[in-house]
Amino acid sequence: MTGRPAGGGPAAPGDTADLVVIGAGVVGAAAAYFAARSGLRVTVVDRGPLAGGTSSAGEGNLLVSDKEPGPELDLALYSQRVWREDLAEHAGLWEFESKGGLVVAASPKGAGPLAALLREQRARGIEAVDVARDELRDYEPRLSPDLAGGAYYPQDAQVQPMLVVAHLLRMARLAGARVLTDTEVTGFLRAGERITGVRTGRGRLSAPAVLNAAGTWAGAVAELAGVRVPVLPRRGCVLVTQPLPPVIRHKVYAAEYVSDVASSDAALQTSPVVEGTRAGTVLIGSSRERVGFDREVPPTVLAALARNAIALFPFLASVQAIRGYLGFRPYCPDHLPVIGPDPRAPGLWHACGHEGAGVGLSVGTGKLLAQALTGRPTDLDLAPFAPERFSPPTEPPTDPSTDPSTDPPTDPPTEGNEPSPTTR
Amino acid sequence: MRAAGDPVADVAVVGAGPAGLAAAAEAAAAGLTVVLVDAGERPGGQYWRHGPHDDGPPGGHGRRTFAALRAGLTRTRTRTLFGHQVWLVQRDADRFTLHLRPAHDTVGPGTRALTARSLILCPGASDRQLPVPGWDLPGVMAAGGVQALLKGSGTLAGRRAVVAGTGPFLLPVATGLAAAGAEIVMVCEANPLRGWLRDPGGALREPAKAVEGAGYAALLARHAIPYRTRTAVTEIRGEDRVRSVRIAPLGRDGRPRGGVRIEVDADLVALGWGFTPSLELPLMVGARTRVDTDGSLVAVVDDRQRAGVPGVYLAGEATGVGGAALAVREGRLSGLAAAADLGRAVDEGRVRRLQRAVRRGRRFATALHTACPVPPGWTDWLEASTIVCRCEEVTYHDLCHAARDLGARDPRTLKMLARPGMGMCQGRVCGFATAQVAAALTGRSPQAGDLLALARRPLAAPVALSEIAALDETAANEEN
Ligand SMILES: Cc1cc2nc3c(=O)[nH]c(=O)nc-3n(C[C@H](O)[C@H](O)[C@H](O)COP(=O)(O)OP(=O)(O)OC[C@H]3O[C@@H](n4cnc5c(N)ncnc54)[C@H](O)[C@@H]3O)c2cc1C
Ligand SMILES: Cc1cc2nc3c(=O)[nH]c(=O)nc-3n(C[C@H](O)[C@H](O)[C@H](O)COP(=O)(O)OP(=O)(O)OC[C@H]3O[C@@H](n4cnc5c(N)ncnc54)[C@H](O)[C@@H]3O)c2cc1C
Repeated sequence: MTGRPAGGGPAAPGDTADLVVIGAGVVGAAAAYFAARSGLRVTVVDRGPLAGGTSSAGEGNLLVSDKEPGPELDLALYSQRVWREDLAEHAGLWEFESKGGLVVAASPKGAGPLAALLREQRARGIEAVDVARDELRDYEPRLSPDLAGGAYYPQDAQVQPMLVVAHLLRMARLAGARVLTDTEVTGFLRAGERITGVRTGRGRLSAPAVLNAAGTWAGAVAELAGVRVPVLPRRGCVLVTQPLPPVIRHKVYAAEYVSDVASSDAALQTSPVVEGTRAGTVLIGSSRERVGFDREVPPTVLAALARNAIALFPFLASVQAIRGYLGFRPYCPDHLPVIGPDPRAPGLWHACGHEGAGVGLSVGTGKLLAQALTGRPTDLDLAPFAPERFSPPTEPPTDPSTDPSTDPPTDPPTEGNEPSPTTR
Repeated sequence: MRAAGDPVADVAVVGAGPAGLAAAAEAAAAGLTVVLVDAGERPGGQYWRHGPHDDGPPGGHGRRTFAALRAGLTRTRTRTLFGHQVWLVQRDADRFTLHLRPAHDTVGPGTRALTARSLILCPGASDRQLPVPGWDLPGVMAAGGVQALLKGSGTLAGRRAVVAGTGPFLLPVATGLAAAGAEIVMVCEANPLRGWLRDPGGALREPAKAVEGAGYAALLARHAIPYRTRTAVTEIRGEDRVRSVRIAPLGRDGRPRGGVRIEVDADLVALGWGFTPSLELPLMVGARTRVDTDGSLVAVVDDRQRAGVPGVYLAGEATGVGGAALAVREGRLSGLAAAADLGRAVDEGRVRRLQRAVRRGRRFATALHTACPVPPGWTDWLEASTIVCRCEEVTYHDLCHAARDLGARDPRTLKMLARPGMGMCQGRVCGFATAQVAAALTGRSPQAGDLLALARRPLAAPVALSEIAALDETAANEEN
């Protein structure tokens, strides 16, 4: 304990810091941790409790297996190193488990694209092992015998994201940071074009740099500064089973999404993602829908989740689900996060839009930002994530129903937000 | 599975306790087609419980009311589905679909879904529990559970019993156990209850309750049961099961007074700290909530038991714990209101009389809650190793760590970081205690939103994945 309040505590008027981080989710926590460790005086503000947003409504997979070559994969591989090297000594605090991912193809039709993806991924440094049809059950004995084959990714790992947030913030406090929960940012302080701090429900906070890590709500925060960052919600639902003895060892998901990439069916996608947790419960994801912030989940979504999971693991048919929950992934139209300074509003920085991979990508994002904020060269080029890529010219807001992309199932959630019941 | 062409009922009533039986009987008498569903095998709910092999009216007060309500259902040929648990309610424009599962294996596949134009939810409540060192030992039970066992199967859970907690419900538990042959070492009432026992109705003008209370006072005297106010069980001892109980006087602030403890031998401890309303179904259909005088989250209704969602009515403990008599009144009122809203002629004079009776009952319940709060200092008797969440084996120490070191300041964050309520019971047992511990640790009283975060359960009951997978089929059948 640092003696500083974990939350609460009014922001004294005229309060100053080197960096204000908006959002105590996993991305804000990682940025605060690395910035504080780089010597910056950091204040984190969140309108709710810590980890009250999407970071407590997802799963905690740190995946490389689901990423196609490109800037996101580079960030995922970089983050892998941060998790496994920089943060190695803390791994136990957040239940880091290098469990490995098993991607299975239900049909020979799915096996082809998987093999192609594998080749490209290997070329980018991903470790992957081909798993023949008759070897699948050596990895997962309870898998359905009807699958066509798959691949094993030893680098895929898992953490408990709420513990990541809580401990990164705790360690940030040890390095001098301050965390103010129940404090909403309502506007920005400016000197001309420059951002010089934030206005909150409890007073002003001055800082030469303000980081927008408001997750799915980052677009609204950016708007307070007069800039456009088109982060939109993409709903995901997860079912949680009764606790079982350890029966599912890896994160297991279906490769079928690979062959769906060109699909323009944006209404509802469900690809089975099944994994055990340390507590014995099995998490079953995951759906992707663009339905705004609607919390009412139609039964068809739950049915699809359950059906898909049973297809992979037939024994699950008789296992009981004890709850479900949902969250809203923060996604950008080009499915890349937004990381770096915003030249349209000097002093404002962003770290948001990590979609279904924010837990995995958080620590890489945080470390790179701390480098940039302290004027050091970044280990990875941030250009592909530049905020100004969205304007000008201002595109019309993307119609959620016509966005053709399908992204990979990086996510089934950890114990999180209760979906308000499945109705309508 | 629903038979093809199965008609849409005017109203589905969930729960066949005092509230649900009254609701169904009134709605049916007013000419509505009613279907009554309950997870239990028999009508009666928690209050009118049957013995194991009898079908006649059960013991307990108001058995004439019970007999009359049941006769009403028979006369109107009301469809009843016992042994069926509602696990999901789906709201569409003009109807509700209830997804059912067999509550016990004996029922077989049963009926999987039914549809109705309106919905009366009477899901009752469950025992509210506060942890105390040793409460996870065999021989420690919730007071309602002891009573249910006694009424349901005539089983006596022990021979030497301590009954502790607060409120008038401790009395029937103690006298019931005594009548069945147990020795009651002591009844420990945490509150001063000034005059309540001597003048139970008091100025509250609730004659039925007064009579009941006076009756218990006589019974306590007859069985020579020691009854101590401002006293609580602060520790339960034993290795493989309960052997003894430590009892401490409580100060004015509700905290155990330092030093003084007595220890008595016992093999049964019944703990009664009130009831927690079951809000899964009301929340599922969009009911609003408030924090009641007893600290429980309850659903909000208007003066005709309407939930503020078209076609949804709530009655009984879900709207605030108030006992069986009030549950019956609310049930009747909801049945009449549903009938009126569907265009049936109802006696508005009766509606007004019931409304007055409901208000009277609520005032009485509120007075009782005020007289019988959970002692504010109860968390003082927790030890670091005391289990708070039994499913996930979360200790008081784990909660303190999450609050003090990890920054959890509300019950939901506590749950996220330390896992109370994440297991099989989904917080039904430990939710109230977790919210209170969070409040005590952070000095911030539980808000409605905090309790709501623990009460929302998207599945009203655990359900096999195969049943969830079949939701599509049921949905498709509804189309025709
Ligand atoms: C079903 C599901 C499964 C997932 N599975 C995975 C997975 O397996 N692996 C993975 O890596 N990712 C997964 N994700 C994605 C991951 O959860 C998110 O990418 C990540 O949590 C985003 O973190 P964040 O810190 O950006 O946002 P958040 O956690 O939402 O934090 C943003 C914070 O900003 C605060 N805020 C907003 N506006 C304001 C304001 N005006 N003032 C003050 N504070 C404000 C909010 O209160 C919130 O706490 C999943 C997501 C879902 C929904
Ligand atoms: C264990 C217990 C024992 C009690 N014993 C006594 C006593 O001895 N004396 C006394 O004065 N008071 C007692 N009470 C309090 C008393 O039972 C209540 O005041 C009264 O029963 C309230 O009536 P109700 O109709 O609101 O709820 P209940 O009587 O609780 O009826 C609710 C019914 O709804 C059904 N139900 C709930 N959810 C679902 C679902 N999802 N699907 C299908 N069915 C569902 C339940 O099976 C139950 O039968 C007891 C309470 C409890 C919890």
